[in-house]
Amino acid sequence: MHSLSEAVPTTGRYRLLGHPTDLAGHVATLGPAPLPSGSARGWHEAFVSVLEASGLAGRGGAGFPSAIKLAVAHAAGRGGTIVVNAMEGEPASDKDKLLLIRSPHLVLDGAQLLAAATSAQRVTVCVPAGREQVASAVSLAMAERAAAGCAPVQEVMVRPPDRFVAGEESALVRWVESGRSLPSFRPDKGTPLHIGRKGALVHNAETLAHIAMIARTGPEAFRAHGLVEDPGTSLVTISGAVEHPGVVEVDRGTPLIDIANRATPIGAPQALLVGGYGGSWVDPVHFTTPYASLSLRAIGATAGVGIVIVLGQDACGLVESARVAHYMAGQSAGQCGPCVYGLPAIADDMTRLARGHVDPGLMARLERRLREVDGRGACRHPDGAVNLVRSALGVFAADLADHVGGAACGRGNRPSQLRFPQTKRAA
Amino acid sequence: MIRILIDPAACDAYGYCAELLPEAITLDEWGYPVVDGKPLPPELVDTARRAARDCPRRAITLRERKGGR
Amino acid sequence: MSSTDLWYATRASGLMALILLTLTMVLGITTTTRARARNWPGFAQQEMHRRISMIAVVFLGIHVVTSVLDTFVNISWAAVVIPFTSSYGTFWVGVGAIALDLMIAVFVTSLLRARMRPGTWRALHWLAYLSWPVALAHTFGMGTDSRESWVIVLGIVCVASVAAALAWRLREVSRQASARTAHASVTGVPPKHLVLSARSRAGSRRA
Repeated sequence: MHSLSEAVPTTGRYRLLGHPTDLAGHVATLGPAPLPSGSARGWHEAFVSVLEASGLAGRGGAGFPSAIKLAVAHAAGRGGTIVVNAMEGEPASDKDKLLLIRSPHLVLDGAQLLAAATSAQRVTVCVPAGREQVASAVSLAMAERAAAGCAPVQEVMVRPPDRFVAGEESALVRWVESGRSLPSFRPDKGTPLHIGRKGALVHNAETLAHIAMIARTGPEAFRAHGLVEDPGTSLVTISGAVEHPGVVEVDRGTPLIDIANRATPIGAPQALLVGGYGGSWVDPVHFTTPYASLSLRAIGATAGVGIVIVLGQDACGLVESARVAHYMAGQSAGQCGPCVYGLPAIADDMTRLARGHVDPGLMARLERRLREVDGRGACRHPDGAVNLVRSALGVFAADLADHVGGAACGRGNRPSQLRFPQTKRAA
Repeated sequence: MIRILIDPAACDAYGYCAELLPEAITLDEWGYPVVDGKPLPPELVDTARRAARDCPRRAITLRERKGGR
Repeated sequence: MSSTDLWYATRASGLMALILLTLTMVLGITTTTRARARNWPGFAQQEMHRRISMIAVVFLGIHVVTSVLDTFVNISWAAVVIPFTSSYGTFWVGVGAIALDLMIAVFVTSLLRARMRPGTWRALHWLAYLSWPVALAHTFGMGTDSRESWVIVLGIVCVASVAAALAWRLREVSRQASARTAHASVTGVPPKHLVLSARSRAGSRRA
């Protein structure tokens, strides 16, 4: 294994945040991006082997191995696009916003490296409409790079609509291509995405930042953190019943409760919501579970996007989950029957449950709907919502028994501890 | 082994497939098809091809699944 | 076959074709989604639509062939497909030719359905709707039997059936549309992305 960088490698802990934001400072501290110079043959093989050796998996929620994704895109041919996915549709996530405001050059360097590896002709950064602070930071960074000649492949920014599914990678590519944010049905995971006839490689902003760091420091610096099966670090947004909500940088494999504690929970957490509104609730008995894909799957949860929400003692998990279910239902792209009709029906059942208006068939009906909706959309949106609701029914089983018995817990009228954007009726 | 694959984004709940192949496809409470996961018996393959051909939205494809999953 | 036999064959097959075409139209217009929700065998209806259209084409074939073979009036083979070139009944035979051309287009595109995008096929198939009023005009414009009371009644029944089918379809579509809008206002899902009635909204590339 060899490092691609000739410049001074980073000293100290591997990290994405805390570096200078401006281009000059970025290059002075971290060195220039180790792009191929001239016709450096062997650069491609070196880059691919570094990426593979690092074991980096995507940080956008799917956790797909980045080296494999690169191979698929490379096979799609030259002249494609590198799409920087900064859509961050999960309302409880702030990591990508922060990364683009504080370390935009890391993200853009990562995109340039992938552009070099796939002979792409453009880097397209997707920032949702309405997020003006992020957009200005990206604009400024792109201007600095263009002026200094640090962008061999042209960098542009586009502003897709601020909707949850707009960040799904096939929907994002479809929007760039035709202006409509509609996910595509992709039964074969190995097929590359396209914009027109050219390939499109979509990556979460944080994943690109990792690629830029790993290319400079080599895979060992990344693997020095985290676990063997889930290496490196992750940015996690902590919110909910905590004194200091915000984004932290943690090693993969850190126990969940240690992550939550970094934000100083107010009182003992009743439960943790890991992975966002498409993620899962975690019971206190599993609070020491390592934050890693396999460990979380073993307890029936998913890592998803780097989000940990702390549910305080005086909230009702079922009420909050009903709110999430309604939010997720409203965020459907409107293409697939099971999602368009199934999610609101599930949200409806959850609301009845939350209010204690339980008819005798409710639980059976809810279970049936969860089973029927799961996996029957073109994208994973309904799966996420189903996952959230199922985990709520498991983790809040005691409350469930009370609610089904007809006694609402009285905690339902409290304001939500979760964040929901203003519901916009999109045009 | 033939597997029936339905594109949920294309499907508009005409229900013709369930009419033709009730042994393999049922409709959920909103009229959308649920394909049962069992492999398709050989005697139903021709009917399945017909359902795929006659779907007004061309949402159905048939896939060969080699060996077991 | 005498000229008279041919003439009767032309008239009879023409009227049969009109009746069968009307039936095809009614079956086609009343095809909507979610037929199963109304416990209606939508696939069987679609099959009927197809088969009846083929029988209509057979009668149309007889109508066209016998009209050309009939030596009493001069209608050339070319005049059958090129409108307004017949020396006999130039205008109304021409109208018939237009109807025939539209129907040939629909028939051919239906055979090639698998090779074109659903949106294209649908647009071409809607051309069929145009051929029916043109065929109706030809029937009554030619004048051969159109003053017979039973033929007039037949014409009225054909028009009424298609009108009723259209009215039903429009009502069904607007009913489904308002159900969708109501659903959208509750869930916040943008209505234009929801299931649309006649437009192609397939997962494949859009026009």
